[in-house]
Amino acid sequence: MKNGHYGQYGGQYVAETLMGPLKELEAAYFEAKDDPAFQREFAELLHDYVGRESPITVCRRLSEKLGGATIVLKREDLNHTGAHKVNNTIGQALLAKRMGKRRLIAETGAGMHGVATATVAALFGMPCEVYMGAIDVDRQAPNVGRMRMLGATVHAVTEGSATLKDAMNEALRDWVTNCDDTFYVIGTAAGPHPYPEMVKDFQSVIGREARRQCLEKFGRLPDQAIACVGGGSNAIGLFAGFFDDASVKLVGVEAAGKGIATGEHAASINGGRLGVLHGAKTMLLQRPDGNVIDTYSVSAGLDYPGVGPEHCHLHDTGRAEYAAVTDDEAVAAFDELCRYEGIIPALESSHALAEAIKRAPTMPKDSILLVCLSGRGDKDLENIENYKKSKG
Amino acid sequence: MKRIADAFENAKSQGRGAFVAYLTIGYPSLAKCEAAIDTLVSEGADIIELGVPFSDPFADGAVIRSAAYEALKQGVTLADVLALAKRVRAKHPKTGLVLFSYYNLLFANGLDRFADAAADAGIDAVLAVDLPLEEREELLAVLRPRGISYVPLIAPNTPMERVKESAKGLDNTFLYVITVKGITGARKELPSDLASRLDAIRAAVELPIAAGFGISTKEQAEEVCRHADGYIIGSALVKRFGNAS
Repeated sequence: MKNGHYGQYGGQYVAETLMGPLKELEAAYFEAKDDPAFQREFAELLHDYVGRESPITVCRRLSEKLGGATIVLKREDLNHTGAHKVNNTIGQALLAKRMGKRRLIAETGAGMHGVATATVAALFGMPCEVYMGAIDVDRQAPNVGRMRMLGATVHAVTEGSATLKDAMNEALRDWVTNCDDTFYVIGTAAGPHPYPEMVKDFQSVIGREARRQCLEKFGRLPDQAIACVGGGSNAIGLFAGFFDDASVKLVGVEAAGKGIATGEHAASINGGRLGVLHGAKTMLLQRPDGNVIDTYSVSAGLDYPGVGPEHCHLHDTGRAEYAAVTDDEAVAAFDELCRYEGIIPALESSHALAEAIKRAPTMPKDSILLVCLSGRGDKDLENIENYKKSKG
Repeated sequence: MKRIADAFENAKSQGRGAFVAYLTIGYPSLAKCEAAIDTLVSEGADIIELGVPFSDPFADGAVIRSAAYEALKQGVTLADVLALAKRVRAKHPKTGLVLFSYYNLLFANGLDRFADAAADAGIDAVLAVDLPLEEREELLAVLRPRGISYVPLIAPNTPMERVKESAKGLDNTFLYVITVKGITGARKELPSDLASRLDAIRAAVELPIAAGFGISTKEQAEEVCRHADGYIIGSALVKRFGNAS
């Protein structure tokens, strides 16, 4: 990797004013990465505050019903704040503190990253402002309440499609204006270098733990590791644990919304083409003229037109494959996990689960599908009820 | 043709700074923008920056953003902006034309195809907001053989070595010096250290320098031109011609 490029993807496509802050961040991050004291503090917080390690859980009833591979969940939903996002926000907040930044800003889609940022801001005593698309503010109201409870200011962004990409635009505008004292906590493995690499490093605890846990519990590695991909932070964190294990198939699952053929989806790798947005060259959902398309997914956390650059590269090299799952399939998987395993998954994670449910019956009984259950679903209850009502 | 270099030379010989006028093309309409450009040229604009409306204008303030969204609602694309540029070029053979865009719009349909179209339209230079020094060679490689130049942005926090690096290998252009950390749009006051910053940049490079972001009044322009070779007015013009609709 050179200059933050993964093959033809990645890079630093930002306004000149942000090049200084990015270089400052890059230098600080790589110094911290090699500093045992930083890594110790990070590990300690993951243990004492987040409650890691998170367990893996065998889905006995669901797997039995499907009659093939055993589905095993990596339980990121059991982390403090209810999702994998907090792994990354702890890392970035520690870095912000180390760099002497005073204020945290973040974008959020489903609100889990916003909550995780507001949480660490409270933990470290820093002011926090979160940008969130107005549509997402409506469909993820419980998380808006949580962020406010934690002392963060939530700005509803009404411009453009009023979803995650517009929230990110507004966060970038804030950062370019206040870059001297502000740390921009990006929630996914996208954006300009060094964010994709940094976010992967902070999330790689998911894959490292899961690999060891599989070896301990089953005496072997899983056949496939499956995770949902919006920007792709939980997926890259899971995959990172298995990059060197050629026998483990890595599967990312994008949001096919109403179906890729309808054009109403958020599947950047499956349905997009090469473009540049928010600091990186990436697979992008765009019109022929290069303007960005308003994406669609029932899941706010996957509703983003780009995707992390390393995922694009893993797709090109064939190391990972990228499937896509519709709203209907994701909601059906959500129901199955609730009823068969007593676990309420996030709608985002339900996409990964839906892909596993498709694959399991086609595989031998002794095979293992490891699914990253990236978050819990109580934030989605109203959203899912409305979705079901709209389907009659 | 060295229209941009000539424009700065010409202004200098008249003892003034060059006036660079930005408009978001397509707002309030393509026809009104074309008329506005005629007006601006008659009022003494030396260089016109043709802003291409983009769906995600993350470097822009409220005025230019809403102009871009309005233009996009009318379906204005890069092709329309270049068609307008071609007409403007025919009417105003001496006026410098800078295409001002976010990078994806130029990249989306192939850089070679874009560069051919820009050359055909008579564009003198291109400015891509989100294409810093590290990434720009890909675009410069297609512009250079077609005789099209590039306008680098210089930020308040750009180190002087990087300023020099940004100017390297370019001619028939200027350095666009951003006056404030932030997004486009009028400011009541410009930063107190702007004059010394402009002096330092001017001393470091051969290319002319023009200051932009936050400049909306004649007084601000005159003040800036004591330390720069030109000034850029954007949001204030977008507002003026938008209101006139």
